Amino acid sequence: MPQTLAEKILQKHTDQEVSGAGQIVQCRVSMALANDITAPLAIKSFRAMGAKQVFDKDKVSLVCDHFTPNKDIESAEQVKVVRDFAQEMGITHYYECGEVGVEHALLPEKGIVGPGDIVVGADSHTCTYGGLGAFATGMGSTDIAGAMALGETWFKVPPTIKVEIEGKPREHVGAKDYMLNLIGRIGVAGGLYKALEFSGGAVDDLSIEGRMTMANMAIEAGGKVGLFASDAKTLEYTRNAGRSGDETLAADAGAEYDRVVKIDVSDMEPQIACPHLPDNVKPVQETEGLQIHQAVVGSCTNGRIEDMREAAAILKGRKVNPKVRCIILPATPTIWKMCLQEGLMEIFMEAGCIVGPPTCGPCLGGHMGILAGGERAIATTNRNFRGRMGSLESEVYLSNPAVAAASAVAGEIINPAKL
Amino acid sequence: MKVKGTAHRVGDHIDTDAIIPARFLVTTDPEELGANCMEGHEEGWGKRLKKNDVIVAGENFGCGSSREHAPISILGAGVPVVVAKSFARIFYRNGFNMGLVLLEVGEEIDKIGDTHEIEVDVVVGEIRNLTTDETIKCAPVPPFMQEILNAGGLVSYAKKKLS
Repeated sequence: MPQTLAEKILQKHTDQEVSGAGQIVQCRVSMALANDITAPLAIKSFRAMGAKQVFDKDKVSLVCDHFTPNKDIESAEQVKVVRDFAQEMGITHYYECGEVGVEHALLPEKGIVGPGDIVVGADSHTCTYGGLGAFATGMGSTDIAGAMALGETWFKVPPTIKVEIEGKPREHVGAKDYMLNLIGRIGVAGGLYKALEFSGGAVDDLSIEGRMTMANMAIEAGGKVGLFASDAKTLEYTRNAGRSGDETLAADAGAEYDRVVKIDVSDMEPQIACPHLPDNVKPVQETEGLQIHQAVVGSCTNGRIEDMREAAAILKGRKVNPKVRCIILPATPTIWKMCLQEGLMEIFMEAGCIVGPPTCGPCLGGHMGILAGGERAIATTNRNFRGRMGSLESEVYLSNPAVAAASAVAGEIINPAKL
Repeated sequence: MKVKGTAHRVGDHIDTDAIIPARFLVTTDPEELGANCMEGHEEGWGKRLKKNDVIVAGENFGCGSSREHAPISILGAGVPVVVAKSFARIFYRNGFNMGLVLLEVGEEIDKIGDTHEIEVDVVVGEIRNLTTDETIKCAPVPPFMQEILNAGGLVSYAKKKLS
């Protein structure tokens, strides 16, 4: 029977025959991941299970990225728990201090995850690796503890929504806009329990970074995974990340889909998700003129080098509005260094930005850019829930990096084309 | 298991940042997390929750992050059961793993109003609204998840597998 991409990847990791949506399958995992917020709970469960050793010390990643650099005593204590555990277990992929980056930017960059893998992470944005063609999904800490101990976990085979994206986008429109547009169409529960599978000419044209931006927000539609076929571009990316032996992988022709959503991006404007849900999406012109107090460029959604270049192209030779805090957070140390080498840092500093270390920080209202009551931010992050970036009385608007940078200059939300 | 308590209604898409905001994620202690349950929904809202009360929600309850602190904070606040029109996927798994009972009732959710007294029979899968004298049948727990529940949660399930 022809299989969807999700079914094909699950099949590679189980001895059961994958027969279709709804079936429960037990699968071997390629990588189990947790961070400084979720790992302490996972470790607690791991001990309670009576586990003495992780199933494979090379297949567990612990990334202390959420509150880094540790924001207070409690968060430092949590990292200590994770560090001690990593040492005890001899975990290969443990990251903190100057080596740490936002987990979902860091793991692909280091070649730790790749096409055809099953990756489970105690972080909802684990779905990012779908951009590489990995079946990657978020779970809770105890599920991850189980995976760390047993090397396997169970999945309900998801029905798949096929998303076909065609057309050539205008300037300042890209992966983030495609994804916001889709979430706006199907809603925050539109992909609940389901896989999203992306295809079409506009998807083929995207860089691997752009695909990861899209896959990253599959969870914002309620999805289990956001999958892209792995193609020549994918293999080039993973080869550069130091991997070998990866293969191309695509859905079978004639596979059965739950529904098909078609999007033409040719006339698409930059998209904005307005408060307080990621599906409250409008074209930028409908939000123009709204005064902002903060702009954030970073996160696992848009903190990669392409995003930095996109923001820098707007900020070059311009000044951030004096009423706006423009916070730039390159997502990994490598991206930070590239920004430096490519002269982007100088552009950011000349423009009056605040450049911070790689951290999840403000995206989840952790630290390094918290909003006061009545303040409004435009951010390249992934969630605009009420109070997400600080006060319950603050507002977050989600956009692509060019719109965020242009809005920082204008002091209000604006289409970069009008700057 | 039967639970009798007051229903507390909330709307659709209650996210995990509403259930337990990130600033409280510097602990794994159920009591501390319970004290701040629903602080991102409305300041002080959690104070209305008494032992054995039930949160009754709309669509997609628990959407957003994978933080297991969310079901833990609900349990920490004394709430053993959440009834919703539907649940977000990660939250659903987490709830069962933590021993928080989640019942999905679809459209019938509107038969339960705020402050109604209800009795939930988890084994039979039935909710009795004592205020209106109506009964709601729930979708059964999927067999595989029942297996995990029967083992006493995921920790015990994995413990058995490891030994």
